[in-house]
Amino acid sequence: MEKDTKAFQRVYTKLFQLTKATVSLSAKGIGYDELAIVDGRLAQVVKIMGDIVTLQIFGGTEGIATNAEVIFAGKPPSLKVGEDLAGRFFNAYGEPMEGGDIMGDEREIGGPSVNPVRRMQPSEFIPTGIAGIDLNNALVTGQKIPFFADPDQPYNQVMAMVALRAKADKIILAGMGLTRDDYLYFKNVFDNAGALDRIVGFINTTEDPPVERLLVPDMALSAAEYFAVEKNEKVLVLLTDMTLYADALSIVSNRMDQIPSKDSMPGSLYSDLARLYEKAVQFPDGGSITIIAVTTLSGGDITHAVPDNTGYITEGQLFLRKDSDIGKVIVDPFRSLSRLKQLVIGKKTREDHPQVMNAAVRLYADAANAKTKQENGFDLTDYDERSLKFARDYSEKLLAIDVNIDTDQMLETAYGLFSKYFKPAEVGIRQEFVDKFWEKEK
Amino acid sequence: MNTIGNVTGIIANLVIVETEGTTAQNEICFIKHGGTRLMAEVIKVVGNKSFIQVFESTRGLKTGSEVEFMGHMLEVTLGPGILSKNFDGLQNDLNKMEGVFLKRGEYTEPLDMDKKFEYKPLAKEGDKVQAGSWLGEVRENWIPHKIMVPFKFAGEYTVKSLKKEGKYTPDETIAVLTDGDGKEHKVTMIQKWPVKVPIKAYKHKPRPFKIMETGIRVMDTLNPMAEGGTGFIPGPFGSGKTVLQHNLSKNAEADLVVIAACGERANEVVEIFTEFPELEDPRSGRKLMERTTIIANTSNMPVAAREASVYTAMTIAEYYRAMGLKVLLLADSTSRWAQALREMSNRMEELPGPDGFPMDLSAIIANFYARAGFVYLSNGESGSITFIGTVSPAGGNLKEPVTESTKKVARCFYALSQQRADSKRYPAIDPIESYSKYLEYPEISEYLNENISENWTDSVLKAKDILLRGKEAYEQINILGDDGVPMDYHIRYWKSELIDFVILQQDAFDKVDASSSLERQDYMLHKTLKITDFDFSFDSFEDVGPYFKRLINALKQMNYSEFDSDKFKKNEKELETMLKEQEKEEAKEEA
Repeated sequence: MEKDTKAFQRVYTKLFQLTKATVSLSAKGIGYDELAIVDGRLAQVVKIMGDIVTLQIFGGTEGIATNAEVIFAGKPPSLKVGEDLAGRFFNAYGEPMEGGDIMGDEREIGGPSVNPVRRMQPSEFIPTGIAGIDLNNALVTGQKIPFFADPDQPYNQVMAMVALRAKADKIILAGMGLTRDDYLYFKNVFDNAGALDRIVGFINTTEDPPVERLLVPDMALSAAEYFAVEKNEKVLVLLTDMTLYADALSIVSNRMDQIPSKDSMPGSLYSDLARLYEKAVQFPDGGSITIIAVTTLSGGDITHAVPDNTGYITEGQLFLRKDSDIGKVIVDPFRSLSRLKQLVIGKKTREDHPQVMNAAVRLYADAANAKTKQENGFDLTDYDERSLKFARDYSEKLLAIDVNIDTDQMLETAYGLFSKYFKPAEVGIRQEFVDKFWEKEK
Repeated sequence: MNTIGNVTGIIANLVIVETEGTTAQNEICFIKHGGTRLMAEVIKVVGNKSFIQVFESTRGLKTGSEVEFMGHMLEVTLGPGILSKNFDGLQNDLNKMEGVFLKRGEYTEPLDMDKKFEYKPLAKEGDKVQAGSWLGEVRENWIPHKIMVPFKFAGEYTVKSLKKEGKYTPDETIAVLTDGDGKEHKVTMIQKWPVKVPIKAYKHKPRPFKIMETGIRVMDTLNPMAEGGTGFIPGPFGSGKTVLQHNLSKNAEADLVVIAACGERANEVVEIFTEFPELEDPRSGRKLMERTTIIANTSNMPVAAREASVYTAMTIAEYYRAMGLKVLLLADSTSRWAQALREMSNRMEELPGPDGFPMDLSAIIANFYARAGFVYLSNGESGSITFIGTVSPAGGNLKEPVTESTKKVARCFYALSQQRADSKRYPAIDPIESYSKYLEYPEISEYLNENISENWTDSVLKAKDILLRGKEAYEQINILGDDGVPMDYHIRYWKSELIDFVILQQDAFDKVDASSSLERQDYMLHKTLKITDFDFSFDSFEDVGPYFKRLINALKQMNYSEFDSDKFKKNEKELETMLKEQEKEEAKEEA
């Protein structure tokens, strides 16, 4: 049942196996990973066994008949890249959502990795104005870091804020299983900030089939590589939500009869996630790709396969937490970590930054101990009382996500709080810094 | 004539090839795809079908593509010029690759064939030699690199002729050997060896009997690593595995270090590339990079090559061991290697073992660890491979297959604790969970007592005991409250804190504290134990902590000062004064 349309393009119309996500048919000369259109829906070759080709249909197989028309594209998924991408939103297939075409070169998505010896060590500080990030967990270009957050936390809002304040040349939003409301939120925020021309969006919403999501991060990262490599731009990629991406992976692996490993995730989850996150890089010619992702947790459980594998791949993580004492969401100083901060703090920021950061977190930890003591009904010492007051102010003036000041102001604020509640010996920062900054702040 | 076959099936990087010729398990083959050749390895043969794992992406590959089987397993090229190179898992020289991105099907020569080495013969014409015998020597950086009879040569040979001292390229014939039948064999500076086969060109492998100094107190003092020993470091993310491994590679007393960056972050490898050429080896005073070889197969590089990378690293280590060198081999992380095995086993639809890992995971890990060891070579010299692998347990849970399989074979266990990492007590090696089986070896304890100080092992066990008792006391204090326990509990707890802060904790980023000599460790351990032996008395439990904090501070300042320097002695004096206060108190009370 084959008829020739073009010289190299054949149309097949005999499917002999249909599952919820895949179809199989007999075809020759097909390349692995190649795209096809099955009854108007996009599909990709996932298995070739002799003459039998198995296709995964991104949009699901609902209503597909055994005589559906199958046309092979002869190429893997690709994206047209060019300056034309800027300011526009695309679906998971890289087609403009508002219609129209893109001018540019076609690139295969999910391309090769950067040779590790050609990478540069990340060394550029990305200020965000949020002290919970800049002061305690400074971000660096070429870094990859996720927010670990429960679904009820305002991670998308914080991410939008970070994206707008970070001085990036391009912001690429990859929305996977984004609610339509959140998608419109991102669009409005970027629009209101007048930043729409710096934004490129690849969006799969909850209205779209889940398997389509699998294309989104590769699309976004291919666009990012275009701007970072060819235009030497600083690109910030936002991936939200990677847990939903992993869910789509597990759906596909399940339909392919693969043996699941921990938490019913595919055994290749680590490699699948690493392949994406490792696209974060500082290129030798000044361009860079920085990835900020969201991994939603269920009930704060970080031992689940998705956050666990993510933690081993990314360079730290940011935890959001609601502080009931001040009624605001803060960046948790204990559980958050930026592994690359050492490369910039005290080097690109003021010299006393590392010491002030550590001292404040240590005092905050003392306050946490005092709080436990208080809850258990033990007596509090004068020091305990003071550290509790300090913690409240620290939370309000520095950790809260609505803070927006530069790093010098953060350090000044910290000295202000230190001197209000403690003596220099209790804070324990190097004497030269006490002499230079503490007295002055007073 | 090489066997030729054709691709008939493709599932990700598992490819099925039909062929009429012979193929062998683990044989290397190349798939012709457009203008490139993709390297692959046979992992299963059923009838005329060979299942091969491709070391590259199979995107665009079609059935019918021609496959050429090479007749040998995955081999590495061994010869002068390996040191300070950056290889990928298949021993391609990464620096020779063009462009920023890795190109599929690009394979580069691991060694520089046109570089001339200063050569000096060691053997004489007429000498009887065998695989691994030293024929000559070249200078590789500062290491005397031995040119050996290839490991593949079986039986005894006679040296027929040898090149004179001079400068030669690696591929020039430097010796001609004759075998028992009088047949001649040419030997160059280079040879090839299949990575999955251990190199056994040594006389025998005794039990490890001396320790390998690492400069890290919690290892050397409490849980020593033996030269030629094995150990592993499991720990959840963020507990400092990589910092610890980097610190080991910087400070360990080894002639050379081979690092297999197996499936981990690329930026961590970049850190080594950036820092090691600048940092100095504390022992030789040369740049660290000169003694280091990196096998980088980061997490985004092809999965199948990840599995090969640890074997490539081990084979390179074995090659240098046969030259009578002390090699430290580090693999970060062996879990990623096990995951690569799992991905393939899954695609082959094998019945899975625990957590989806292949059933023979334990055996594979055990065989790999068994390749390390201290050996006596046939010429009476000795060499060693000390192997330390990290494990990244899923969810930080140590009851998972990779950790459990490794625990059965590795003799040292350095458990990284999240709790210690959270409270910034680095290195976060848990003093109570961790162990070194070598401490129980009579030959090791004899060595320690002879080389460090008399009754050293007894002192170490005593310190461990104080740590355990301190932990128990701390638990009681937490349950019953500060004033609900006898004073003795507070003192016991603080004695353990003293050992924790002074011996266990070490600042990897401080110039002086980062590495501590054995002599210094001996001094500090005995200094600390003298304090913990002391019978303290306090008026109130509230005085215990502050007093001990002062002691700890003085001892820490000693750690931060050059050994035996004026600053060191000044801090020591302050410490003695504080101890005298207590003695006076005691005397007063007795009076």
